[in-house]
Amino acid sequence: MARVVVDVMLKPEILDPQGQAVQRALPRLGFEGISDVRQGKRFELEVDGPVDDAALARIHELAETFLANTVIENFTVKVEEEK
Amino acid sequence: MTSRIGVVTFPGSLDDRDTQRAIRLAGAEPVALWHKDKDLKQVDAVVLPGGFSYGDYLRAGAISRFSPVMETIIAEAKSGLPVLGICNGFQVLTEAHLLPGAMLGNNHLHFICRDQKLRVENSATAWTADFAAGQEIHIPLKNMDGRYVADARTLDMLEAEGRVVFRYVAGADEEAGAVPGVGHNPNGSLRDIAGITNETGSVVGLMPHPEHAVESLVGNGRTDGLPFFTSILKRLVSA
Repeated sequence: MARVVVDVMLKPEILDPQGQAVQRALPRLGFEGISDVRQGKRFELEVDGPVDDAALARIHELAETFLANTVIENFTVKVEEEK
Repeated sequence: MTSRIGVVTFPGSLDDRDTQRAIRLAGAEPVALWHKDKDLKQVDAVVLPGGFSYGDYLRAGAISRFSPVMETIIAEAKSGLPVLGICNGFQVLTEAHLLPGAMLGNNHLHFICRDQKLRVENSATAWTADFAAGQEIHIPLKNMDGRYVADARTLDMLEAEGRVVFRYVAGADEEAGAVPGVGHNPNGSLRDIAGITNETGSVVGLMPHPEHAVESLVGNGRTDGLPFFTSILKRLVSA
């Protein structure tokens, strides 16, 4: 079993009001010096069998068609090292 | 034989029954379609109703877009089947790439429910022919993820091709039930866009709810939503 992580973030030009709300709450909690927060999504996929090029290509396709909406979001796919 | 207009029920759809009722009031026959069923039961047009299909998990409309019924609807819509997406239905249509752009959370982060004034910018689509271009209408709006976004090139193309069908405009009812600080644009949609259409005018999506404004007795007391359903009926009868 191996884990593949897909991170999805709104594209930089897309307004992220949730991230802004988090950022505005930071000074109230005593966190200073953080000028911007953007909120994204992380998917952890437990893959049966080897994570070879073919499996990664399939996951890339899955991320592109389903996990992310590439009209508004960018994504990265990375294999997590086994501990 | 009257025209048959399908209404899809997804898990989490809310307005499927109201939509069926609006279709009946307009004089057509509503046909219930089930999300797991690929068969469209020989309908002449389809409405994707409002609600929170699949709990809006992942993104609003993202999971519904891959349901069995949508496979057929996407294929048929590409060959001319008229489709109207209302609210969650509009989100499904953008996720399915039958309409360009995408829907995101309201810029003020609140659910909003109010009577909304719109201007009909395009009265030549399959679903808006009974309006006059430039006509202003009031229909209810209720959503969490109503912010229409697309890149500048797509927005310019929509404007140039007359594919912006509805725009949010300021009205007297604007403050009724409004979130403080929210103006005529209820969700931060780019260029005040409330609804758009595809290249041929057969597929239309909008955030506000015409099916809740079809009888003077209930809803917002207006019938400004009825022409959506009479427009498509006329189109189908004359076809």
